[in-house]
Amino acid sequence: MALMQSFKMALKSIAGNKMRSFLTMLGMIIGIVAIVVLVSIAQGANASVISSIEGMGTNMITVSVRSRRANPIKLSTLDELSDDPYIEAYAPYLSVTGTVKAGNTVYDDASIIGTSSSYMLIRALEMEDGRFLSTPDIDNRSHVAVIGSEAAEEMYGSTDCVGSSFSIDGTAYTVVGVLKSKGTSSVGSQDTMVLIPFTLAQRITQTTGVTSFYVTATSSENVDFAQTGVEDFLKKYFSSTSYYSVFNQTQMLSTLSETTSTLTLMLGGIAAISLLVGGIGIMNIMLVSVSERTREIGIRKAIGASRGNILSQFLIEALVLSIMGGALGILLSYLIVTIVSPLIGVTMVMSAEVSLAAVAFAVIIGAVFGLYPAAKASKLRPIEALRYDG
Amino acid sequence: MIEIRDIEKKYEMGGETVHALDKVTLSIQDGEFVAIIGPSGSGKSTLMNIIGCLDVADSGTYILNGKPIEKYSERQLARIRNKNIGFIFQGFNLLSKLSALENVELPMIYQGVPAHERHKRAKEALEHVGLAGRIKHKPTELSGGQQQRCAIARALAAHPSLILADEPTGNLDKKTGKEILNLFLELHEQGNTIVLITHDPKVADWAERIVYIEDGKITSEGRGTRRYGTDELTIDEKHTYDAETQAEEVMPDGADAIL
Ligand SMILES: Nc1ncnc2c1ncn2[C@@H]1O[C@H](COP(=O)(O)OP(=O)(O)O)[C@@H](O)[C@H]1O
Ligand SMILES: [Mg+2]
Repeated sequence: MALMQSFKMALKSIAGNKMRSFLTMLGMIIGIVAIVVLVSIAQGANASVISSIEGMGTNMITVSVRSRRANPIKLSTLDELSDDPYIEAYAPYLSVTGTVKAGNTVYDDASIIGTSSSYMLIRALEMEDGRFLSTPDIDNRSHVAVIGSEAAEEMYGSTDCVGSSFSIDGTAYTVVGVLKSKGTSSVGSQDTMVLIPFTLAQRITQTTGVTSFYVTATSSENVDFAQTGVEDFLKKYFSSTSYYSVFNQTQMLSTLSETTSTLTLMLGGIAAISLLVGGIGIMNIMLVSVSERTREIGIRKAIGASRGNILSQFLIEALVLSIMGGALGILLSYLIVTIVSPLIGVTMVMSAEVSLAAVAFAVIIGAVFGLYPAAKASKLRPIEALRYDG
Repeated sequence: MIEIRDIEKKYEMGGETVHALDKVTLSIQDGEFVAIIGPSGSGKSTLMNIIGCLDVADSGTYILNGKPIEKYSERQLARIRNKNIGFIFQGFNLLSKLSALENVELPMIYQGVPAHERHKRAKEALEHVGLAGRIKHKPTELSGGQQQRCAIARALAAHPSLILADEPTGNLDKKTGKEILNLFLELHEQGNTIVLITHDPKVADWAERIVYIEDGKITSEGRGTRRYGTDELTIDEKHTYDAETQAEEVMPDGADAIL
């Protein structure tokens, strides 16, 4: 019998058992979509972390102090860093929680940060309007603020708001500058920032020390020298290196990509489990229909089908079903990755290898469990297959 | 040519052994029309399944066309079932997902008959058994008698030389049953071998030779009188004979039997 005939029979059988065909494909589709989409999410996260860190420049060093009690680093102590020839700039950093209110508008998304004038250079910020925080602002604890473009839009409906006032937990501030939009990155949006003098932030949080600060090297080649300088500076004030941590961007990058590769592994694991569950679903539906199919095989053998006829029909049937399921799974994954991901604001990167592996796995499962019962049944004497009832 | 010698078939049922066939010896020549008659449970279907290469005996020999059955390969047996044997099952064994037409076409698909011819032959066979208007129906949409006729059409359309019919008129009314038996007669006249299984003496009477089976043993043999007895008929005389049976049908005496 020609292959074409087996193919026609397989298609007829698929069309004649719509429910069974649908359930078989469903298992496959769910498994494939799960693995492809979850891995895409993980890889998307990885890619966006890497690009945002790289975007921040590679000559930045981040220092954070862990011992909050009796922090020996004061704003004035930081000035020692200016003697280091490899250090271009430094800026303290203090995050504040508080309610930002402009008129009657409460702006919940604000990230309030206390810092100094060098922060602009270090983070490569640009002004849309007005000026950045100045050294006198810091020294005098002036009630002034520089805000991100999104913050301005949300608070005043436009970025044309220099001179306007707002309050943080009831204390009044005047906007002296608005930043240009930089877009969102995984380390936080710069557009929602509300920057205030570092000294004021200290007063609000009732701290005296500097818990974290940024340093930039004069060039990316000098990062290591600058880092040594920073570490020497810290050693003078702390008895143990366990009280602080120093990161340069390259280190941060590898730490973060370690984190995201853990994430990839974890999501991949979950996805592999769902693919396995999908595979078991395919297997179940194939095995459940075995008694019905065994009778069918008995009838076909009784009227003259050979084992080869039976096996080629069932193999083609299983392959057509699993390839169809695989294709639908990939299509659905593609739609989710390209249409749904922008809507929910999650970056996803679809991987060709993972998609291919998922489909291959589904097809193999489908073929094995489609063929295994058929191979068993086709070995029976026709009369045994005809009498089979589970 | 079918030669069966001392064939046995046993079934173990809850510690008890049922001798479905107990040393059966039987020869059927090419071109014969044999009826095997016996009460329910006497082993008729078991014997038929062995003759039709669907089942194998526990002991004894079965020589088909001069060669012992165990010498045939799996593939050769499939070919024999496909090309030489037309099996009409007691339980029809139609594929429920296929239409009547597709069911009848199936053996011819395995024979490799081209689609056009297959289609034509299947349609003709269905018309022959009076199912012309039902070719698109699925078995579940057919009555028992119609399913039986579909199964008959499936066996006949494949042009087998040996027809094995297990209670082929069991679900048919008098008139259709008689039509089917006439069909067998016609095929017999064309030189085909026919083995007809029945529990009904009136049906068995149509055969050339009648083999009686009871409790798995062949007890006696006889000759059919309906057609091969004193008033032997030929195909040419069929219509006169039809008129006769029709006349008989209106008489009350044969009312309980099929014919
Ligand atoms: N698969 C089976 N398992 C157990 N016993 C069976 C099986 N098939 C048939 N038998 C037994 O064998 C005997 C003959 O059965 P069968 O050939 O079907 O009889 P018939 O067709 O003459 O009515 C019966 O007693 C029946 O119960
Ligand atoms: Mg029977």
